[in-house]
Formats: sequence, C-alpha cells, structure tokens
Amino acid sequence: MVTKKEIKLSFVIALWFMVLTFPIMVIKVNTIKNIVIFRWENLLWTGIVCFFASLIWNYFLRMKEEKKKSDTKEDIPIVHRLLQNEKFKIPFLVAIGIFALVYPFVFSMYHTSILISALIYVMLGLGLNIVVGLAGLLDLGYVAFYAVGAYAYALLNLHFGISFWVVLPISALLGTIFGTLLGYPVLRLRGDYLAIVTLGFGEIIRIVLENWDELGNGPRGIGNIPAPSFFGHQFNQHNSVIYIYFIVIGLVLLTIFFVNRLENSRIGRAWIALRDDEIACQAMGIDKFKTKLTAFALGATWAALGGVVFAAKTSFINPMSFTIWESITILCVVVIGGMGSAIGVIAGALVLILLPEYLRAVAEYRMLVFGALQVIVMVFKPEGLIRSVRKIYKFEKIKE
Amino acid sequence: MEPILNVKNLTMNFGGLKALDTVDISVEKGQIAALIGPNGAGKTTFFNCITGIYEPSEGLVEITPPGKPTQKLNGLKTNYVTERGLARTFQNIRLFEGMTVLENVLIGRHCRLKSGIIKAMLRSSSQKNEERKAVNDSYEILEKIGLNQYVNEMAVNLPYGAQRRLEIARALATDPFLLLLDEPAAGMNPQETKELDDLIVWLRDNEDLSILLIEHDMKLVMSLSDNIHVVDYGKKIAEGTPEEVKSNPDVIKAYLGDESEDA
Repeated sequence: MVTKKEIKLSFVIALWFMVLTFPIMVIKVNTIKNIVIFRWENLLWTGIVCFFASLIWNYFLRMKEEKKKSDTKEDIPIVHRLLQNEKFKIPFLVAIGIFALVYPFVFSMYHTSILISALIYVMLGLGLNIVVGLAGLLDLGYVAFYAVGAYAYALLNLHFGISFWVVLPISALLGTIFGTLLGYPVLRLRGDYLAIVTLGFGEIIRIVLENWDELGNGPRGIGNIPAPSFFGHQFNQHNSVIYIYFIVIGLVLLTIFFVNRLENSRIGRAWIALRDDEIACQAMGIDKFKTKLTAFALGATWAALGGVVFAAKTSFINPMSFTIWESITILCVVVIGGMGSAIGVIAGALVLILLPEYLRAVAEYRMLVFGALQVIVMVFKPEGLIRSVRKIYKFEKIKE
Repeated sequence: MEPILNVKNLTMNFGGLKALDTVDISVEKGQIAALIGPNGAGKTTFFNCITGIYEPSEGLVEITPPGKPTQKLNGLKTNYVTERGLARTFQNIRLFEGMTVLENVLIGRHCRLKSGIIKAMLRSSSQKNEERKAVNDSYEILEKIGLNQYVNEMAVNLPYGAQRRLEIARALATDPFLLLLDEPAAGMNPQETKELDDLIVWLRDNEDLSILLIEHDMKLVMSLSDNIHVVDYGKKIAEGTPEEVKSNPDVIKAYLGDESEDA
C-alpha cells in the first residue's frame, strides 16, 4: 500500500510546508490594535493536510509507473471502447442526443448560456486541434481568426445589414484567407519560433482593432449585434438563446463530422506525418508547404465560424474578448483534452469552460482549484483526458 | 546500357568543408549497387544531395526512369524527387511514431493518390474507392515484406528489425524504380541480416527495382552487390565488382591505413 520511504518523504514535505507557510498561515498582524496573533492551530492543519496530500500524490505516481511497466500494450480509453462496441455505440449516442435536445428546456437560461460558450470552445478546440494536435504546429495566435469571424459578422451587419446565415459562409471564407495569409510567412518555421510569430500575429490583429477607430469603434466595440433569425422571424431574448444553442449544436456536429473524416483521409495522415517527422514526411513525397498551409487555413476556418456565433450570442464585441489569454485557453483545451483526439478535445472544452463556472461555489479559490486541476491532469495523464486512438483497419486475411 | 541514375561531378560544400568532391556514380537498371567508405566519408551526404534534402553546390544528377526520357533532378524539392521514383530509407530510423504500421505505409502512397480536402470532407465515391485501393495496396506491400501480422500496431512498438523493414515497406509504397537504402542492416543480428539480404535480392528480382545501398556490413555488401563504389573524404576512390574492390590498394589503405606510415 504505502511504503516506509513514502511516509518519511511525506513527513519531510509536511514539515517543509509548515515552515514555508508559517508567515501567512500562522502570523496575523492586527494593525489597529497593534498586536500579533499566532494562530498555532493553522500550523497543525497545514502539516496534516500536506502530509496526506503528499501520500496520495506519491501513491498515484507509483501506481502510474507500475501500470506503465506491467502492460506493454497500451489500454484504450473507455470512451473509445464504448464507441467501438456496436451494442453500446447507438444507445450511447442516442442518450447524448436526447440529453442535448432537452437540455435548454430543462435547465435555466444561465445554464444554457454557459453551455453555448463551452460548445463554441468545442468548435475552436477542434479547429485548433487540426493545427496543433494533428499537424504539430504550435499556434499561439489562434484567437486572431476568432476575432476575424466575430468582427466580420458585426461589421457586415452594421454596414450592409447582412444576416447571420449569409455571414456564416462569408466568414468561413475570410478565416481561410487569413489562415493562408498567416500560413505563408511562417511556412519555414517550427516549434518555438512558430509560436512566437503566431503570438505576434494574434496581437497585431487585436491592437489593430483597438486602435483603428473607424473600423470597429476601437476599444468601445460594436454593440446591438442581432441574434440570428429563423426564416425572417426574430425570437425574444429567452427563445433566442435556445435557438443559438441549437445552431451551435448543429455547427459542432458539422465540425465533428468533417474533422473526423479529414483525420483518417490522405490529407489528415499527411498532417500527422508532418508532426512526427518533417524530413521523412517530405522524403515520402508529401509537399510540406501545401500540407502546412491547408492545416493553417482549415483551422482558421473553424475559428472564424466560432467567432460569428460568439458575436451573435453576446450581441456586443470589443477587442478585449480576443486577448492572448483566449488563445491560451483554447490551447489548454486541446492539450488537456488530448492532442489529436477529437473526443478528447470535446471533453477538454466542456471541462475547462464549464468547471470554472460551476466552481463559483468555492468563490475566490475558483482559479486556484482550476489551476491545480490542470497540473494534476498533466502530471497523471500527460497524453490528455482522452488520448487519440488511430483507426483500426480490418482485413479478412488476418483471421485465417 | 543506359544508367537509370547518373551523377556527374557532384560537389557539396558546407562552408569551407568539401563533404563531396566531384563524385561520379551511375547505377544501371536491375543492379544492386553499393556505396561504401569509412565513417564521415560523405555517403549519407550523397544520398541527401540526390534526394533534394541538400542542394548540391555543383554537378549534375540525372535519372532515366524505365520507359521515360532522361530528367535532371538538381534543385528539385524532396517530395518531387520521390514523385519521380526515387525512394529512400534513413540511417537512423525515421518512422511516424504516432501512426500504425499500415498508416506509415499509406503515407508512402500519398504522392500516388489524388483526393484533396473537399473530396475527403464529402467522402465522394472516388475518394472512397481510392482509399480502399490504397489500403489494400499497402496491405499487400506489408505482406511481401512480411510485416502483415503487425498491421494495426503502433510503429513505435515494433521490434527493431521490423522497424527497419517497415522503412523499406514505406519506401516501396511510393512506387519507386530506384531504392536508396541508408545502412539497412545497422544494428541487426546475423539472422536479421540474412533475411534482409534475401529481401533485397527478392525485391530486385520480383519488383523490377534497382537498388543503391550504403552499408558497413562488408559480408552483406560483398555478397549482394553487382557494383561497388568507394568514397573516402568526399572523393570517389574506387569502383568495380566486389573482387576488384577487395583487392584495390587504395580501398585497403582507406580502411586499414597506410602500411608505410606504421613502419
């Protein structure tokens, strides 16, 4: 169960933390009465909590190591096993479908609204997954394309009165164009260098939006963006949220549908080959430049689509919605969900976006708990919540 | 008989260093040719130059694919060289680790397939047919190489010898007429080397391939090769049949050192 060594180690760690947190946990200075209060009971609690936390931490680390040693064949994540099993697959999908269908009618508008945000992140995550997870190109400026989509809807609607449904394909095209534009200069870069350049690109777009007053009112942003209409009919506020919810569900399904097809196609394999080994990939006859460009362009397309929905949902956008922090969050969704794994990215988006909302119960410790959870996931599951599984091909000849 | 690969005067400078100095090598159809030389002689640089990973400083690289006119390869990007029918393996194994064995071979088929993004998204019938055919072709290649029991394994989990063979399978999938093997027997045990020997001869006889290989295992080189080229310090010092090369004084000097120096 627990070894002597671990107990000793945990004891030392607990002691160390008691010393370390002594000034903030124990000493309290009352500046009004000018007295110092020593809260010794806090020292005891810190010690006990650290001791057990360390024991549990070490225990799980050891379990992970032993598991790695014992089975050479990697185990397949439960979700994939469920989906591979035909008996479970259909009821499983039907259950999710029914849940998604009744969700906005059962839960309040607040819950529906945060689920819409999470679903937008599912789209963004799946798009970025093409660039980062499959093609292995670290893109830190992804939010720029999201901004392109959002501003495309806001501006086209403001100036020309173009409706949501018309803007949707236009913004997808704009996203593709911007993706290609960014793609060209960074074709020769990889890894850290690429990350820096894309980071710069993301900032350029934000700063341009912030300072170009004539374009989008600068930091004041654009308001009164209409919600999507249903064949010319405008819903009231409550129904409009439900309507957007179903639009997002539709778009997410469409994204999953296309991404899934791409992943196991000629072009999807080329992306993964590019990620695994650039030189070998070229030596196998793959055009490196073309493959990188398509990854960038396609990733940007989905970001722009997400942007349109975002603008329609919030009805107000300004450059503050498109900071580097947003890019990092989307990257976290992909990495914590599982690089290259569509199901993982969906899970990652739901966890990362919904969790902070529901953690409001613990108020000011919200972000602390959130950060700690991210660390824990990365330590114990470095490949992500649900790692990617490659397609299994069946051949009759093998059975013989 | 006209050579299918004709390299003339190939020179490669890295700054002041001449990694290759006016090297002439030609390979004829159906031949198994070997490129040997001490460590650092420029053998892998030679491969990199003809496959477009490096752009040679000087010289001419020409190919004559069977039934096609002669074409120049200088300055072509690597992927176009592969498309023209030259496939290579790597000295240090370079498989795609995040993919299964079959997918690795499918990557080799990439340049012979056509479906783009739109077709993949719509999964048109032509794309489906092409995909099915590519999968079957790849499986057949794996069968030939004797790796079909691993089809759905991750490439990285394969035993060492099998990984080397998978590199060859992947190269074969690009439909080459000339196969360039960079130290295919490196790190193999005698049993695996023997199997590799048989495989290379089988490929030449049954797949209508010509082969140029870099190898340090002299037993393998001498038993396999029709023609051997020897390079040392970037210069070609000898060429001929195994017997001729074995008795060539320059080759002995390059490998064993000069007797007079020791005396």
